[in-house]
Amino acid sequence: MAISETTLKEVEEMAIKEINDAGGVKVGGKSYKIVAITEDGASDWPTFAEKSQKLIDSDKVAVVFGGWTSASRKAMLPVYESKNHILFYPIQYEGQECSKNIFYTGAVPNQQAEPAVQWLMDKFSDKLGKKVYLVGSDYVYPRTANTIIKEQMKALGGETVGEDYIPLGNTEVAPIIAKIKKAFPDGGIIINTLNGDSNVALFKQFKASGIDPAKYPIMSFSIAEEEIRQIGPEYTTGTYAAWNFFMSLDTPASKKFTEDFQKMYGADRVTGDPAESAYNMVYLWKNAVEKAGTFEDLDKVRTDMIGITFAAPQGEIKMFPNHHTSERVLIGEAEPTGQFKILYDSVKAIPPIPWNQFVPETKGFTCDWTLDRPDAGKFKM
Amino acid sequence: MELFFSQILDGLSIGSVLLLAATGLAIVFGLMGVINLAHGEFMMLGAYVTYVVQSAFKPMGGVIFELYFPISLICAFIVTGLIGVLLERTLIRQLYGRPLETLLATWGVSLILIQLIRSISTAMMLGIIVAVVVGFFLTRLLRAKFSQRPFFTYLNGMGWALSIGIGLIAVNLFDQIRPLSKAWFGPRNIDVTAPKWLQGSWGMIGTIELPGLRIFIILLSALLLLATYWFLNKSVWGLRIRSVTQNRQMSNCLGIPTDRVDSITFGIGSGLAGVAGCAITLLGSVGPNLGAAYIVSCFMVIVLGGVGNLLGTVLAALLLGIIQSVIGSGTLLTIFPDLPDAARGVIEFFATTSMSLVLVFIFIIVFLQFRPNGMFPQKGRSVDA
Repeated sequence: MAISETTLKEVEEMAIKEINDAGGVKVGGKSYKIVAITEDGASDWPTFAEKSQKLIDSDKVAVVFGGWTSASRKAMLPVYESKNHILFYPIQYEGQECSKNIFYTGAVPNQQAEPAVQWLMDKFSDKLGKKVYLVGSDYVYPRTANTIIKEQMKALGGETVGEDYIPLGNTEVAPIIAKIKKAFPDGGIIINTLNGDSNVALFKQFKASGIDPAKYPIMSFSIAEEEIRQIGPEYTTGTYAAWNFFMSLDTPASKKFTEDFQKMYGADRVTGDPAESAYNMVYLWKNAVEKAGTFEDLDKVRTDMIGITFAAPQGEIKMFPNHHTSERVLIGEAEPTGQFKILYDSVKAIPPIPWNQFVPETKGFTCDWTLDRPDAGKFKM
Repeated sequence: MELFFSQILDGLSIGSVLLLAATGLAIVFGLMGVINLAHGEFMMLGAYVTYVVQSAFKPMGGVIFELYFPISLICAFIVTGLIGVLLERTLIRQLYGRPLETLLATWGVSLILIQLIRSISTAMMLGIIVAVVVGFFLTRLLRAKFSQRPFFTYLNGMGWALSIGIGLIAVNLFDQIRPLSKAWFGPRNIDVTAPKWLQGSWGMIGTIELPGLRIFIILLSALLLLATYWFLNKSVWGLRIRSVTQNRQMSNCLGIPTDRVDSITFGIGSGLAGVAGCAITLLGSVGPNLGAAYIVSCFMVIVLGGVGNLLGTVLAALLLGIIQSVIGSGTLLTIFPDLPDAARGVIEFFATTSMSLVLVFIFIIVFLQFRPNGMFPQKGRSVDA
């Protein structure tokens, strides 16, 4: 996973450099420069927790930006809660969590998976029926996301005809292809929550077995521009992805973000949703600190963070009382250039719903950290 | 009937990948008894050779680019084979008869190779060359002057340490020059694109789709297997390899250059790993960690088949492939549609990729309880040697 995380580190450094070049963070009439301390979690969950402890205790940092898989976040969560510190987590994830000490700037299912499933049904259910096949990596994000998708399909009157998980790093998908062909002899909708290397195997072997995106529309939740470069655009062309930002988003803010990034790290590099989210969180923190007038009083920073807005590359986003940001929802089709053609655009940012409303166990629950109650992280509406 | 054939094809597809990956290891582990944990990394090197050849062919475009794949197969064999020979001459040779040390040393080699691919740049390559050249001449010089002295071995070691230091300084100096410091591959996965004729489907037989790359891999592994069989049983060097396997001292007495036989055996084993790596670029991702995904299955195949037996390796690979595809795709439900609900539940539970792998492991463990030496245990004197 370290491969993808490098880009996020670079984007965060870019944001910090921009802030410092513009005079730094202005607190109480004084300007402070941000100094970044980088630690490597080495894709090992206990290491994430250990390094977090070190950053808080011996480096005395004001805030931590980091994490990639849900497993890494789950490992860090107890550290930030016990030390009452602040973590920003940049990746789209499965939701069903709402910590007082974490700010989530990636999408939760109602900002990515749910609109994507709705869109697939609107577009293809006439031809292919209300049926989906789910393929994912075998860990917490795909399993939880698929639970939500299955509930949503039920609510839409549709059906989940199959569900399969591949161990992380496994590259053999022949049995899955056989199952998909059995379930959908004449084509059908596939939803892909694979993470990492297995995606390459999936797309290469799909193509060889005649699973053509025209007959089998594939929607992926973990494939951004960077991943397409590694898989090879000729294998992904015609497949769909849902994100909150695409490099091809045609707005001045989006163009400037990509230009700045390429100027700093090379013209052959690409931006994408996770990078944009990592960029946003640095600015959200800066804006909150300037509003609070302190970066040392963490409780005040946390309180003032809520309601903070930022003109992000995707458009304006806002931090909600449930510590998640609102996000614009985009659905794109991969093109031979490795970029996405945007087919759906919510234009306005969608508010986050961390406790999923399709899943019976969390239906009716919500989270609001502005309320003074012990169960503010999860209570019945 | 149709179902039967499509299952056989799927099983063959999975099995042939396992077989391709395991053939090289069967030679190194089976014939030489060397537990080579760097086998997966040789596959990774083969995949990177494919990438280099592809990049070289890309500017030519058209028909010539379509032909790059067979050429990269050959290049992968030669390059990884030579690296294998180098490794045998410098390291493995020192550790014969010490399986535990070999295991640790080859694991170290695998880590070095992974890191090397991640960070190698022109500057680093030049630094390595400087270190080797300096070390070579320095130790020569020391040998000429002090070879009779008792402290010579320490001096020799210090000579190499010094040359590594010089190499490190050289790397840092070269790194100052920007064009030299750019990493060749970097830690990211790289994109190897199969030529057009291997990407799609090769038509249908009845309703069964023939995926081009799968058929190609089945043919390739069959071809390699025949070539290996021919080499071991019919060629002069093959006879020598087998005689050394059976009785090293006696072969040595009869004038067979056993050390050269060892190099060649290891080289061929590594070369086959390289070819496997090249073929795997068709199926999955290419990155520095590619080897880790295959090494366990390789050992699984060899242990199940019986160490040192090519036929066992073939049968084990195909058996595992067929089990994985029949269980993983839930075909049993189609064959026996009238099963009681409890049995259906069990089959459905195992009909995912993760669970079918679990079942494969259970099968191997149970099998080894009854036949601890695999399907075809080695017989005769060489067992004790």
